[in-house]
Amino acid sequence: MADLSTTIHKLELKNPVLTASGTFGYGIEYDDFLDVSLLGGIVVKGTTIYPRQGNAYPRMAETASGMLNSVGLQNRGAHYFASDIYPKLIKYRTNVLVNVSGSTIDEYIACAEIINELDHIAGIELNISCPNVKEGGMSFGTSCASIENVVAAVRKVYQKTMIVKLTPNVTDISELARAAEYSGADSLSLINTLLGMAINAETRKPVLATITGGLSGPAIKPIALRMVWEVARAVKVPLVGMGGIMNATDAIEFFLAGASAVQVGTANYIDPLITLKIIEGIDSYLNRHKFNKLSDIIGCLHM
Amino acid sequence: MRKTVQNLKVIENLKLNDDHHLLKLEVPDRLEIIYPGQFANLLVDHTPGVFLRRPFSIYSVDYIKNTISVFIKEIGEGTRALAKAPVNSFINGMFPLGNSFTIPKESEKILLVGGGSGIASLMNLAQELSQNLNDISILIGARTSEDLVELDHFARYGTVYTTTENGTHGEKGYVTDHHIFRDEFGQFKRIYSCGPEPMMKAVAAKAWTTSVFCEVSLENTMACGFGVCLCCVTETIEGHKCVCTDGPVFNINLLKWQI
Repeated sequence: MADLSTTIHKLELKNPVLTASGTFGYGIEYDDFLDVSLLGGIVVKGTTIYPRQGNAYPRMAETASGMLNSVGLQNRGAHYFASDIYPKLIKYRTNVLVNVSGSTIDEYIACAEIINELDHIAGIELNISCPNVKEGGMSFGTSCASIENVVAAVRKVYQKTMIVKLTPNVTDISELARAAEYSGADSLSLINTLLGMAINAETRKPVLATITGGLSGPAIKPIALRMVWEVARAVKVPLVGMGGIMNATDAIEFFLAGASAVQVGTANYIDPLITLKIIEGIDSYLNRHKFNKLSDIIGCLHM
Repeated sequence: MRKTVQNLKVIENLKLNDDHHLLKLEVPDRLEIIYPGQFANLLVDHTPGVFLRRPFSIYSVDYIKNTISVFIKEIGEGTRALAKAPVNSFINGMFPLGNSFTIPKESEKILLVGGGSGIASLMNLAQELSQNLNDISILIGARTSEDLVELDHFARYGTVYTTTENGTHGEKGYVTDHHIFRDEFGQFKRIYSCGPEPMMKAVAAKAWTTSVFCEVSLENTMACGFGVCLCCVTETIEGHKCVCTDGPVFNINLLKWQI
């Protein structure tokens, strides 16, 4: 058994596999399938200060090797999370992070302040990359100035580990990554979904009620790898890589590109046990290649 | 029964007509109770263009042989691939998912209204209801007589009535044109329905005007099937609800169809 532990700022992870926000509910939805405590961590559903109904439906379109979604941050709000969900998460012996979003900087701050009071929450993932909301979300993540504003503002009120989740829907992700690092991010996670669209030729209508949505799944992995590799060369903070990870080999590729941990997202829908299989597969890869520890391969791409 | 993911062995693949198949699947683990209305999310292997699982109502359960059956209508690549599954092959299934129809505590006069592949969720219900000595009428609508399948199977649990759009079986027209629906609706204490949405809405409208208990089983495209992706929502008086976990069965009073 190789040493799979890894570090994201102050977070000690027993293994590098986390779950991506929006694909793992609050963890409790998976209790029938697996022991959530075996994971390196979970990032729970995107949370906003006020409850959100999310977008109109249809919200999902299957695509070649992936899917589009336009859920739009449906959640019951930070107060409900703190009072009704959080007590159920204390049982997990792993890092529980909350994905925090908002329509305005004040909303991000208010949400982060509530999460800051919850002892068992190890950190937040600041979502400045949701492509499915009209205000806030991705609009904060596509310019250096707005990233600096929101990240610096939340940094002032949130003391524990703050990961900033980046959008791929930009021209130069390295520049935005540097802006987030400069403004106080302890780590960066990437990538969120790519903006896409599906059309039904028979009805001549868009498939999604919102017309466009976020593309995830193996279709986006090459783009995600490229962006992790670019950002790894641009910043010093540890990276959490994601985008189309379906198996251990995919995860290894992200470590080689420079990620210190990975998040598994869409794959959870198809196989709710996939995260445990990926952890096992990473261990067997390290053993097969005679590495004692995961850190031996992080960023070690042979050029 | 808690949700599981298991490799299910195809022990029978019955072709019912041109585009409907009934797959009987052997479950490795001992089956616990599966409630009528619950569904299974099946993995489609080695089919280009198919990425997500496909949800199917659990059509019937045999606790002695430890099998579940699913009724598959060929619609796209995924359902076509599953319909071709050879005997002795394996299909990865996630089940049982979703809520279930409400079963009355005492025997009642009940009407089941099914249309097209909507009959899939009604078979297990009819079987369950028949065990409590309910007086069951089953009204099934289809386009033509060729599309009407499994009538003998339904007849074990109640009195079967049919409609076809071209009049080749039963009364001509839609289920809502059938005399039992049009003229004798008032005698039923409960209505359960599954089928095309316009049909269920017409059934619900009649149930509202007569204040009869009515539950419908909804269909939706799903990414996960267990309440985490929030893609398969439907509008209710309590806001968006997931068809996969808050449903697929909804009391019509919760839906916003009448508004």
